[in-house]
Amino acid sequence: MSARVMAENQPASFAFNAEMQERAKKIVAKYPAGRQASAVIPLLDLAQRQEGWVSRPAMERIAVMLEMAPIRVMEVATVYTMFKLAPVGRNHIQVCTSLSCWLRGSNDVVKSCKDKLGIGLGEVTPDNAFSLEEVECAGACVNAPVIAVGDDYYEDVDYASTGKIIDALKRGEKLPPHGSMTGRDNAAPAGEKTSLTDDPTKPIPKQDFAAAKAAFEKAKAEAAAKAAAPKA
Amino acid sequence: MPKLTIDGIQVEVPPNTTILQAAERIGVEIPRFCYHDRLSIAGNCRMCLVDVEKSPKPVASCAMPVNEGMVVHTKSERANKARNGVMEFLLINHPLDCPICDQGGECDLQDQAMAYGFDRGRFHENKRAVKDKYMGPLVATCMTRCIHCTRCVRFATEVAGVPELGALGRGEDMEITTYLEGALTSELSGNVVDLCPVGALTSKPYAFHARPWELRKTETIDVMDAVGTNIRVDARGREVMRVLPRINEDVNEEWLADKSRHACDGLGYQRLDRPYVRRNGKLTAVSWEDAFDAIAVRLRASAGNRMAAIAGDLADVESMAALKDLMAALGSHNIDCRQDGAALDPKVRASYIFNATIAGIEQADAILLVGTDPRREAPVLNARIRKRFKKGGLSVGVIGADTKLTYKTENLGASADVLARIADGSHPFAQVLKNAKNPMIVVGMAALSRADGNAILAAARQLADTCGAVKDGWNGFNVLHTAAARVGGLDIGFAPGEGGKDTRGILEAAGKGEIDVVFLLGADEIDTARLGKAFVIYQGHHGDRGAHRADVILPGAAYTEKDGTYVNTEGRVQEAYRAVFPPGEAREDWTILRALSAVLAKTLPYDNIKQLRARMAKANPVFAGYDKVHPAEWKSFGAAGAIAATPFDYPVKNYYMTDPISRASRTMAQCTEEFVLGSKQKTGTHG
Repeated sequence: MSARVMAENQPASFAFNAEMQERAKKIVAKYPAGRQASAVIPLLDLAQRQEGWVSRPAMERIAVMLEMAPIRVMEVATVYTMFKLAPVGRNHIQVCTSLSCWLRGSNDVVKSCKDKLGIGLGEVTPDNAFSLEEVECAGACVNAPVIAVGDDYYEDVDYASTGKIIDALKRGEKLPPHGSMTGRDNAAPAGEKTSLTDDPTKPIPKQDFAAAKAAFEKAKAEAAAKAAAPKA
Repeated sequence: MPKLTIDGIQVEVPPNTTILQAAERIGVEIPRFCYHDRLSIAGNCRMCLVDVEKSPKPVASCAMPVNEGMVVHTKSERANKARNGVMEFLLINHPLDCPICDQGGECDLQDQAMAYGFDRGRFHENKRAVKDKYMGPLVATCMTRCIHCTRCVRFATEVAGVPELGALGRGEDMEITTYLEGALTSELSGNVVDLCPVGALTSKPYAFHARPWELRKTETIDVMDAVGTNIRVDARGREVMRVLPRINEDVNEEWLADKSRHACDGLGYQRLDRPYVRRNGKLTAVSWEDAFDAIAVRLRASAGNRMAAIAGDLADVESMAALKDLMAALGSHNIDCRQDGAALDPKVRASYIFNATIAGIEQADAILLVGTDPRREAPVLNARIRKRFKKGGLSVGVIGADTKLTYKTENLGASADVLARIADGSHPFAQVLKNAKNPMIVVGMAALSRADGNAILAAARQLADTCGAVKDGWNGFNVLHTAAARVGGLDIGFAPGEGGKDTRGILEAAGKGEIDVVFLLGADEIDTARLGKAFVIYQGHHGDRGAHRADVILPGAAYTEKDGTYVNTEGRVQEAYRAVFPPGEAREDWTILRALSAVLAKTLPYDNIKQLRARMAKANPVFAGYDKVHPAEWKSFGAAGAIAATPFDYPVKNYYMTDPISRASRTMAQCTEEFVLGSKQKTGTHG
């Protein structure tokens, strides 16, 4: 991960629109008086939802709303990579390239994005429609590889299915339902179950912990005796 | 009280003590970078790891509260190994550029690397490099050296009260910066340099000037404000290289204000290093004998009551005592040490000192600031108020214009008559003071130096009585001075005697030609144009306003160049020591006066400083010992009268230039440009 820097060109001002203002008010009201600063992350999120990214005026606005020093808001915004410090496209695609996804073919997924969009990682298309970002573990390793479009995860993607999603986005069509693109049930195994095959309704058999411990102690004593014995 | 064992030593400490604090009590030292006993606990450097029995992992001792029966090993193999590991990680991204680093020789990381460091690196990848940040004219940065202890961030937020420093990003990419890389707008910003355990934040004016082992260290007292901050002056040869704070829990804890720290380069400019006499309208360099002769000739032609003396804000008590004795011998009672004409009663000590003491601020629960801007007049004292404020339950009321103090205040109005309404109980803040257990009233020079200063003093005294600020064990009536010499001057009685004129009277009489000779002992804050045709003798160390007007200049010593006594605003008598010799022919001030007295055939009865101090102690018993605050007796003072409904005019308009030394300092000029004038006044020539 490279250091995140704030965008060079910052807008002159920022204001929450009426809807976001209303939501912000509700969020702030959740916290006890004098603890409004706790609402900084949700408010930064609201700002990002409204503008697509978190600009410096947005941070300053939030600092005023929550009676914090601007630097405190900036600290939070720069710590979380989910907060975008520079403008992104209307459709922000995040490709996970961490270990699990990489083993399962994230290189193909990245290539598919690059081919379809004509941009590299960390870039925005000239029409501002798309932006592409490489992310560290997205937390969906079990269904790797995974891409995130906006708030939705598309799992078990490959070159072709990634292309399909991007095409649908380009045409403005309804997207396929999010989740596994191979039709897997949540995070269940792709084929037959290989574990947890017992009947979950049956009671769990009692285990003899005392016996297990005795066996462990015996093994330990034997190992100790072996180590202590003079070497032949 | 939990009992625990640290390195085999049993210790009993109050609950909520951390292991590190408990270890410190019994003299077991645990290395640390992020922990600082005056800042909140961060626990992020991990250098203080110790081995606690029954704990699966080494424990960060700075953040771990003690438990009953804990057994701690600070020097076990596991603890040492853990610290070695932490040190190796810290050094991975540290540039190891000690030979070119200003912190070298006084660096925590360097010292601790000697104890815990590995003798070679095992890290073969590229080191991290961080762009340097701008933090103003006082703090130089080399952020590649930063180990992210966040001491500076916590100091700025908690002690200085200017939340402008922050840590942006995370992990390896974490960077300490000010908001939008602006200058750190605190009067205490220099302290981040002391706090920084590595060379990331260093002093900009002192950059590459000296190494710590070349410096001669003198523990003395600061005179840039009336707090009497305990300082250490580091000198090389005849030059003061830097000023650092000393720890004194009762005065400055361990903080030092920026002017006190950085104005020391002013000691090298504009110095008066030889006597001068004005001949044909031009100051001409002369010998001491000629200068004394010129004075003697002029004084012989004048009567005692046509002479006057004004002592400046940086004068030591010794020189004021000598000048007072000399003036008395000449038959003059026209002496004053209150250049601003503050209405302080020299006869009642309680009327001119900070009775509650600086440490006493921590007991206060309501403070009324009357015509004072502590942030600029006494930044270290202001930090003490903020410390109290942070504990909660303190209400601060301000009479005077808002000055962005570093704690929440309630502005009761800018005009002075609000005080009268609080004093008679018709203002709601009177109730706040009355309900407080330990109320404090702080009267500043903006209030007392007005024409109605006496009435304000009386109203403040009345308020102190009515709200119960004066009782057994607590005196909440306080005067916050701006001049280091003021309390000492009043204590030694450098004030108009029987029928004598005060500063206002002296200036008026000189203008009218009723006073022929005015002796200025480093007095530069008076309107010298009003001295009329008087013969002005200026004794001081800088070619400032007073010297420009002078007819005879006697070169004296600055505060780092003489042994002296200073009394701070709370009436604490402190002893300052000479760190370097005065330049050229300049001499210690009291010796000049002693020599002059011999020429005038009024020889003062002391030949050494010991005799002079005995004389001072005889004049006022407070001078018999040092480092003590003598509680003052509560008597009546002030004169009731009408208070004009005009706003207070704070005396410190530009914090960075208040006296001849700071006005001569280049560093302070840079600060003035950065903080006071702002960028809007910059022209093309500023680059």
